[in-house]
Amino acid sequence: MSNTNRRDFLGMSFAAVAAVGGAASLVGMKQAWDPLPSVLAAGFTTVDLAKINLVPGQPQTFKWRGKPIFILEKTADMEAYDGDLVVGDKRYTVAIGLCTHLGCIPAWKTDVWKCACHGGEFDATGKHTFGPPPKPLVTPPFSINGTVLTLGEEGSESKAMMAARA
Amino acid sequence: MALINESFFSAEGLEKRLAGKKFWKTMMTEYWIPKDINFLWALGVVLAVTFSILIISGIFLMMYYKPDTALAFDSVNYTIMQEVAFGWLFRHMHGVAASVIFLVIYIHMFTGIYYGSYKKGREMIWISGMLLFVTFSAGGFSGYMLPWGQMSYWAAAVITNLFAGGSLEAWGLVEWIRGGFAVNDATLTRFFMLHVFLLPLVIIMVIVFHFYTLRIPHVNNQISDDIDYDAEAEKYLAGNKKESKVIPFWPVFLSKDFAVVSVFLIFYFYLVFFNYNFAMDPVNFDPANDMVTPAHIYPEWYFLWSYETLRGPFFDMLGMKAGDIGLIIFGLAQVIFLVFPFLDKDPDVLPAHKRPMFFIWFWIMIVDLLVLSVYGKLPPTGANAWVGFYATAVFLLLWIVLPIVTKMDAKKRGAL
Repeated sequence: MSNTNRRDFLGMSFAAVAAVGGAASLVGMKQAWDPLPSVLAAGFTTVDLAKINLVPGQPQTFKWRGKPIFILEKTADMEAYDGDLVVGDKRYTVAIGLCTHLGCIPAWKTDVWKCACHGGEFDATGKHTFGPPPKPLVTPPFSINGTVLTLGEEGSESKAMMAARA
Repeated sequence: MALINESFFSAEGLEKRLAGKKFWKTMMTEYWIPKDINFLWALGVVLAVTFSILIISGIFLMMYYKPDTALAFDSVNYTIMQEVAFGWLFRHMHGVAASVIFLVIYIHMFTGIYYGSYKKGREMIWISGMLLFVTFSAGGFSGYMLPWGQMSYWAAAVITNLFAGGSLEAWGLVEWIRGGFAVNDATLTRFFMLHVFLLPLVIIMVIVFHFYTLRIPHVNNQISDDIDYDAEAEKYLAGNKKESKVIPFWPVFLSKDFAVVSVFLIFYFYLVFFNYNFAMDPVNFDPANDMVTPAHIYPEWYFLWSYETLRGPFFDMLGMKAGDIGLIIFGLAQVIFLVFPFLDKDPDVLPAHKRPMFFIWFWIMIVDLLVLSVYGKLPPTGANAWVGFYATAVFLLLWIVLPIVTKMDAKKRGAL
């Protein structure tokens, strides 16, 4: 009897040590695959809206954290929207240029962004109007100082835009 | 007996130590295969040969390939293709074999479905085979990323994005898989590791297991005859080879396999030398560009049917987002074949032509998969989107009716 208990104790001790070791290894292995600090820190992109020669109705693409950012200055006949960025008397659409379905970059065709991968479409405000995308194009976090956008730095304007689009 | 006195340096001594003759007998000359089979039973060996070609050509490619976003494209398209002696040959052999192996896997799979070789003791053969399909798919996907062309990059972007979980927004999982906010250098290097080490290792282990699962239930035959292997083997060993219903794996079965393998290799090398372009998408000869998605992207042909189920439901319905429905059906399509043995409610093992309703089911499934594959490659606009939608619906419906159809066959036969 005492012998059985002794073996049970040994067995359970072994299982406990193995479980702790195994769990710790999994945590380590999981973290080895996390984005590296240098990737996380590769931070901020600045865009001066006054200097990029935007043509109304013709979006431009900028790169932030490996992702495309669409900036479109709206024409007068494009629908005004609470999710627009308003600077002076101009209205802009600022959005991460990745289809919210599976992450392809939609291309601008006259007045919509069309995604080649699965046929999704977004209008000039970034709203999804056709196909599988489940939500509008995502607003990146940014702050604005005069006409200078700093992508990656959360500001009140981008917060308000995100809220309007939610 | 523990100590062996015969010299290590003699045939007898080695035999004492390793029992090679007994091993050979168990694995080869007394491993029994039914006589009543056709060339479709040779495809397992064809697959083993094709996998060996992939490993050997892969070893040579690995010696010059560089898993770095700055170097990968040129290491493939300049170093391997133009500088390395026969580098072009190894690349084309690897690419064509990767494509052709899926053709043979599909035929092998549907041979099993047609002849009912997945039930009544053969479930494990089927399940391990489907695990091989899944691991080979992962191998195909990870390998496709390595040349770091436009298709490589965007296939990687779209497929890793599946793990965002649609509307669930499982934030962090995609970034974890990629090791960054977008597909990047860390992604390429880790998928290189998966492609050249972890996946082949797992595949080899599952292949060994797949062979082992065959051992006890034995392979099926054309009329699903339930053979008494001990009795038939005895007849064969006693010299009644004509009466016996079985033949040994080696040399009799394999000699026929080699004939089929030879025909296959003629076809394969014809593709390698004269028609390799089907496995080399022109778009992938543009270096990866994370700021431009190619005008029209599509996976390799062997993923097209499941890709089409992903985009088949293109409008919201039943209170769900279109993208989520597609994702659910796509996820289902990846695993549903695994449970095939448990959806077939017919208690008899019979070839499909002796199961009238199932026979029709089988061919509708084949046609539907072909339709999904064709439309998976076409742009998803206008009428194409609707064909994709209905073909996806038929695919789902087929799985729902499978238990009913098989039960009806069994009832009509009087087996239920």
